[in-house]
Amino acid sequence: MIESVFDILHYEVVKYSMGDENSSQQTNNTNLSTLEYIGFSTGYRLTERLTREWPRFRFKDDLETMKFICTDFWTSIYGKQIDNLRTNHKGVYVLQDNAFRFLVNISNNSQYLEEAPKFVAYTCGLVRGSLSNLGINSTVTAEVQNMPSCKFHIQVNSSNA
Amino acid sequence: MSRQTSRLDSKKVNSELLTLTYGALVTQIIRDFENIDDVNKQLERIGYNMGIRLIEDFLSRTASTRCLDMRETADKIQQAFRMYLNVQPTISNWAASADEFSLIFDTNPLTEFVELPADMSTLRFSGVLCGCIRGALEMVQLEVHCWFAQDQLKGDGTTEIRVKFIRRLEDAIPAGED
Repeated sequence: MIESVFDILHYEVVKYSMGDENSSQQTNNTNLSTLEYIGFSTGYRLTERLTREWPRFRFKDDLETMKFICTDFWTSIYGKQIDNLRTNHKGVYVLQDNAFRFLVNISNNSQYLEEAPKFVAYTCGLVRGSLSNLGINSTVTAEVQNMPSCKFHIQVNSSNA
Repeated sequence: MSRQTSRLDSKKVNSELLTLTYGALVTQIIRDFENIDDVNKQLERIGYNMGIRLIEDFLSRTASTRCLDMRETADKIQQAFRMYLNVQPTISNWAASADEFSLIFDTNPLTEFVELPADMSTLRFSGVLCGCIRGALEMVQLEVHCWFAQDQLKGDGTTEIRVKFIRRLEDAIPAGED
């Protein structure tokens, strides 16, 4: 039931990062990056903890690492696997979750769509932080067209390709 | 899949995820506010907000009925800690008037990876717990005071949260109804 606590904490993290309702629209981007950063440092440290206890994960290539994120990592955090993983084999990966946990309780159509970025930014950071600890520098963005489905775009930075 | 020697233990991952996320949040708040007192206030407020939502989850899962005295309330709080954080606080140090008690924690999951730097000795890192208890009890018409009497982060042997009953809140009657 720690999941309920985490859901509620996540909501408070979002609320805190967004500041007061009366804050101006201009600061919205910096607010999202705060949220993303909280996710990043969590993901980075969490992966540090996870990999400490097993023989260090040795993934053959980036794709293997992504598969790990989609299966074990996602299952242990969000209670389900990623529904679809696509890649162009040139460093772009698209992870699709058809019922993303933080969106499931909000809406199942396009209502509140404009609020969606707040509820996915933390997870973008979480994935980026985790990949970063596994040796992949990346940029992670999310795209929500219709709740509760969500696509995470991972662009592996070419510097470590 | 076959390559992996062990699967992730989702219970453990989730508890560490909670701890680390909370830690990252506290770090962010410290960055945003220079004054530790303000940080403490923020944490208490966040806890309060969490408490008023968590109580609904708690009541729906446990089918608890209204508490008639503080001893019953203490048992429920203990049960909630077991359910939500997987820790079992001991209830002790009852005041003679039975309106004040302590929750004693041997371990505090929120502070699992935490050490307080010396210049933050006034930071109530787990202040969220107090806020949470206060918020949750307010939703069942109990006003309480809640504070840390001991804290392992400050070098005490155990972590002790003190809960004091203030008053029973009356149901507000909507205008026009008797």
